[in-house]
Amino acid sequence: MGEYLVDVKNERLSFFTPAGEVKALNDVSIRLKEGEVLGIVGESGSGKSVTAYSLMGLTAHPGRLLGGELYFNGHQVEKMSEKEIRKFRGNEISIIFQDPMTSLNPVYTIGNQITEVIRLHTDKTKQQAKERARELLELVGINEPDRRLKQYPHELSGGMRQRVMIAIALACEPKLLIADEPTTALDVTIQAQILELMMELKDKLGMAIIMITHDLGVVASMCERIAVMYAGRIVEYGTTDDIFYHPKHQYTKGLIRSIPRLDTKEHERLVPIEGTPVDMLNPPAGCPFAPRCDAAMQICLREMPPVTTFGDVHYTQCWLNQKEEMEKGASHE
Amino acid sequence: MLKYIVKRILLAVVTIWAVATLTFFLMNLVPGGPFLSEKAISPQAQAALEAKYGLDKPMSQRYLNYMAGALHGDFGDSLKQRGRTVMSIIAMKFPVSARVGGISVLVALVLGIPLGSVAALKRGKPADSIISVIATCGIAVPSFVICTLLMYFLGVKLGLLPTMGLESAKHYVMPVIALSFYPTAYIMRLMRSSMLDVLGQDYMRTARAKGLAGGKILFKHALRNAILPVVTYVGPMLAYTITGSFVVEKIFVIPGLGGEFIKAINGRDYTLIMGTTIFLATLVIVMNVVVDIVYKLVDPRIKLK
Repeated sequence: MGEYLVDVKNERLSFFTPAGEVKALNDVSIRLKEGEVLGIVGESGSGKSVTAYSLMGLTAHPGRLLGGELYFNGHQVEKMSEKEIRKFRGNEISIIFQDPMTSLNPVYTIGNQITEVIRLHTDKTKQQAKERARELLELVGINEPDRRLKQYPHELSGGMRQRVMIAIALACEPKLLIADEPTTALDVTIQAQILELMMELKDKLGMAIIMITHDLGVVASMCERIAVMYAGRIVEYGTTDDIFYHPKHQYTKGLIRSIPRLDTKEHERLVPIEGTPVDMLNPPAGCPFAPRCDAAMQICLREMPPVTTFGDVHYTQCWLNQKEEMEKGASHE
Repeated sequence: MLKYIVKRILLAVVTIWAVATLTFFLMNLVPGGPFLSEKAISPQAQAALEAKYGLDKPMSQRYLNYMAGALHGDFGDSLKQRGRTVMSIIAMKFPVSARVGGISVLVALVLGIPLGSVAALKRGKPADSIISVIATCGIAVPSFVICTLLMYFLGVKLGLLPTMGLESAKHYVMPVIALSFYPTAYIMRLMRSSMLDVLGQDYMRTARAKGLAGGKILFKHALRNAILPVVTYVGPMLAYTITGSFVVEKIFVIPGLGGEFIKAINGRDYTLIMGTTIFLATLVIVMNVVVDIVYKLVDPRIKLK
């Protein structure tokens, strides 16, 4: 446990809605060392954000943690009181949200919103906090920081606001930065800038990053490890090379097939993953991806597949992989 | 800002002129006159009275005379309350209504904002239901019913509070409850819905992710955003409340301005109708400008043009 900054073991979390229990996370395990970058990939509702939020104790009502252990830097998060967790938030774990247009409070200046978090977690004076805020704005590449500090969010562009969000997140030099689709709401050109900035800051400050996204292109360039999530489960986990060059799970393969490539022939169609995401209120008994899977077998519909490991890091949850491995094992004998 | 205020003042002058003009002609179109209701007046006496107050002249002439006077700050004498100018009546009655009304608005704000916020924070829980029921009652029940109930229970049955006049602090309790009931209920509902809206905003999540405590999040990040609709409502509401309510003043025998509006209309006290109407219109306009400025102070996104 000590060697990992983040160690989530078998987390189970459900939302108890009026319509019934939604099992948002089923046996999710994540590990992250200091300074590492983990990408969590999946479609909407697959549990990517919930995983990260629960690490900060920010599970929204009516969500409830049902099982598992969540360690951050040796502390067991789910056993901490709200007051203790608050000391971590914005301090040791920070988060950047998807939509910078709405994530800043419209009625306070940028300066106010940055110094707020500095003053909360450090004993800097007002003046020192302001000086630090100025530094941070420079760090995230905002010009004329003195003027920006006095401006309101609506006076800045989307890219600028996301830089401000990053400045707020980095204000107390966190050990872990959670980036929840930080570029989804931005223009493509700005996206690249923001990602570049994040990597630059990671190298400078040495924090670990959990990158939540549905964009495989983003994780490919940034992450060392990737977790592919589907219907509240990690269906495949591995290094970036494992996932991109040796994908095992049918869903991962589908995702990679659906990325546009530069080297395809003209007019070649992208291959979509057929079907729609599972209904989380009534998940199937077996593998949740089975109804959309081309290679599904009888057992896939009936039983949840066990974990199949490939090497130290790489694993999947897929009957097909299990079968292949068993056959391989049998032929060796 | 200065440009804006100058613009609003010019606009206000035009609005008040339009209100005055409309009121003048409309009230003259209504049959009857100030001296008709009193019985047994000889035609000569009536003619003399009309001549004295200039009512014998054609309407256009009277309109011009009135406007000329009003421009110089002369709103004329009351036609029914002999020997009193319209201005002196307003100066005498308005402070009474303003005091009762002002306290009522304060009560409405002090109760409405926190209760509405609590309802939003405890959405779906018993506290929310109780507050919502009270709010619905406050909006649905007319003030004369509330006045009567208060008077019957607190005044007559229990004998706790005096039922008429304004001599002591105790006298204020029932009129203030009656007057503040509706605005309190309205503010609670406004506050509840805008607070619910704000609580779901992304910046609230940001505030939590920063590690701020609940109270700080609520008071700093939520309240200032949620209060805007209340500001909009309170401006005109304040103007109407401090000019008095006919019903409440009548029931609790309060010598306020509210009664004057109705008395003036019933008695065709033309100058007093004009005076009170222009006074109310001016207050409403001033309040709206104040609301705009407060709005600008609360929400920097708003530009005053």
